[in-house]
Amino acid sequence: MFASIYRQESAILGFSLNAMANNSPDLESTDFRSYPEIGDYAVIGDCRSAALVSKYGWIDWLCWPRFDSPSIFAALLDRERGGFWRISPIGPFSIEREYLDGSNVLQTKFQTSGGVVTLTDLMPVRDSIRLLMVPDHEIIRRLSCADGEVEIEIELAPRANYGETIPPIRDCGKLGIRIDNGHGVYWLRGDASFQIANSSVLARATLRAGDTLSFSFSYTENAPAVLPPVEHLAERVETCIKWWENWTAQLKYDGDFQDEVMRSALALKLMIFSPSGAIIAAPTTSLPERIGGDLNWDYRYCWLRDASLTIRALIELGFWAEATSFLDWMLHATRLTQPQLRILYSLYGNQPPKERTSKVLRGYRGSSPVRIGNAARDQLQLDVYGEVVDAAAQFAFHGGELDREMQKALLGFGDYVAKHWDSPDQGIWEPRTNPRNHTHSRLLCWTALDRLISLSEQGKLKRAPLDEYKTQAEAIRQQIQLRAWNENLQSYVSELEGEKLDSSLLLLSWYGFEKADAPRMRSTYRKLRERLSTPEGLLYRSEDLPPEGTFAICSFWEAEYLALGGGTTRQARELIDTLTKYRNDLGLYGEEIDGNTGQALGNFPQAFTHVGYIGAALSLNQREKGEQQLAHRPESATPQPSNTKQES
Amino acid sequence: MNWESWILSGFVATLSLSTLLVTSQGLRLTRMNVPYLLGTIITPERERARLYGFLGHLINGWIFSLLYVYIFEARHMVNWWFGLLLGLAHAMVLLTVGMTLLPSIHPRMATERKGPSARRQLEPPGFMALNYGYQTPISVFIAHAAFGAILGSLYHLH
Repeated sequence: MFASIYRQESAILGFSLNAMANNSPDLESTDFRSYPEIGDYAVIGDCRSAALVSKYGWIDWLCWPRFDSPSIFAALLDRERGGFWRISPIGPFSIEREYLDGSNVLQTKFQTSGGVVTLTDLMPVRDSIRLLMVPDHEIIRRLSCADGEVEIEIELAPRANYGETIPPIRDCGKLGIRIDNGHGVYWLRGDASFQIANSSVLARATLRAGDTLSFSFSYTENAPAVLPPVEHLAERVETCIKWWENWTAQLKYDGDFQDEVMRSALALKLMIFSPSGAIIAAPTTSLPERIGGDLNWDYRYCWLRDASLTIRALIELGFWAEATSFLDWMLHATRLTQPQLRILYSLYGNQPPKERTSKVLRGYRGSSPVRIGNAARDQLQLDVYGEVVDAAAQFAFHGGELDREMQKALLGFGDYVAKHWDSPDQGIWEPRTNPRNHTHSRLLCWTALDRLISLSEQGKLKRAPLDEYKTQAEAIRQQIQLRAWNENLQSYVSELEGEKLDSSLLLLSWYGFEKADAPRMRSTYRKLRERLSTPEGLLYRSEDLPPEGTFAICSFWEAEYLALGGGTTRQARELIDTLTKYRNDLGLYGEEIDGNTGQALGNFPQAFTHVGYIGAALSLNQREKGEQQLAHRPESATPQPSNTKQES
Repeated sequence: MNWESWILSGFVATLSLSTLLVTSQGLRLTRMNVPYLLGTIITPERERARLYGFLGHLINGWIFSLLYVYIFEARHMVNWWFGLLLGLAHAMVLLTVGMTLLPSIHPRMATERKGPSARRQLEPPGFMALNYGYQTPISVFIAHAAFGAILGSLYHLH
């Protein structure tokens, strides 16, 4: 549980926030106009969109109706122009916050010198309320005072379209506050008395022990909008909590790090766009990989490269519905481009918008530009074929059935890989440079053919040109062994005939190319630690990239590599223990971890990092129980690398 | 009255009306979802409401076309522009009188005076349905003008 102490100093829109003296010696100051740490955020969501809530009670990021829609709150990227919704006590307060057990319902407890008030934040999941008349998209915030007397201030500053538009606000009396954004309308309802000033909605209230205040902020592009009665919000909070509890009850994991694995699964679930089954990389754009730098990207799209590890995590945790939907989305939403695959897609399988930079938002702590859309959409990354085929193979090896259309798509990918695997590409890290011959891309091309051979030989895939696949898989295998292995370094390297290392080389074992305890892998691992590790045990992703934080998933790949046989279970457990300390107080990870400060960097929270946590815990648990690991490759379809046999 | 001609022309005109209203929502001219608006008179369940509302609107429009046909026959005149004028008049009545009375008729629509309740939670349309988007009157006028024009073009006097 996190606990910290703050005091508001700013005067915002005419309200004096210094009204209360600092009576308690325990309560300290902070400037609310400054940016919170990235790790100070919590995420709430409804499996269609998500909001980031800072520990001070501000909602600083919200895009409706979908993850990739324009924002209405973006104070995350510009405190003055972005828009926010703040509910917090007036005067100094201390904070404790947590997610309610087994749910994505956030509770923040504010303790002031006068009393204690708890703020509950959630976005109702529509599946839980299908039969009722409810808003299309909604955030419910509910305050309850447990002790004493607390004065609360509410401020909602809507700034639509990434801060570019200040939408008109109208007080519609008993219907609520209406904010019309042209093609959509927002409604704010609550049992406080609202005022409109400076294009914001303001309210103040004093809560005494036993008092509650509820607010609903909703959005629809369909009229008539549903305006929920405020007196029903408490009941709807309970319904939503139950829905999450029922969802987490499906979790089939009884190993170590159970709470952490559950939190990672819950975070991952928030990033699944339930209408299509697509999984976004993160719900935010342009949180920087380097504070003040320009490594700011829009992650609100679906990267196919995350597919394989994600499907494995979902299936082995028991979330078959999500795994099946994701696989369906991958194989059906990508039809327009098959057999070619793009590296990223929008939530419904279209090409994401062209990248542009915001002219309004100045970026998190001045980290500009703020990018909307992602230029990586035009890149070539050959590894995605292996990711998609491997995801389908895991699904099949775990008992799922590949229908005719799926089989046809997989064969199309196989034929494409067999013809193009020897081409240079941009590789897994998407550097905006010329294409190169990346080892990781070759590995995934080998993986694609290897899994297709396995599927075919097990009768799960019909009409595969086995001879061709075997010939090409063997050619890739030989190329990796001969040209991606650097004899001087005694290590695999990131590019053919290269000198530099890359943490994605740890995946050579994950995909079954080399056993984790093979001499070449052990030697590569030692070299990776030497060149890419921090003293605290975190890993940078590559020697080739500009300065940035350590890449969280790479550290989990390392933990999983150790769990798969590259080290002892004790080593794997210790590393997972270490990495667990870098979560925020709610159990969330960003994309990167600052190697010096340990703070989260990059878009937040990051699905891939949570998938990494789950994968490492699963592999450790399986090894400790003597269970088969990585069931996506029950047996090698192509011969094991000859050097492994010799050196073993 | 030419019943056979009414059945055909009324059906085509109503289908066009429904299509235009749905299209104008898709084109973001209006937020008004007519099937949902009408269907929620019968059920609060979203998907069913849309289906019931679409069918209801179709039947309603078909029956309503009888009034147009009656005017055509009474005036012994039928052509596209006369139909179009009737459609515009129809839209005007709908937007002013109809939309003002809707909260009183619709069992699930809130009123500005009382606000939402457990049963009445839907946003009222306001004057000229402007609460559903400021271009809503335009789309309603266009759709009903097309309804009248198509009916005027296809209907043959007895």
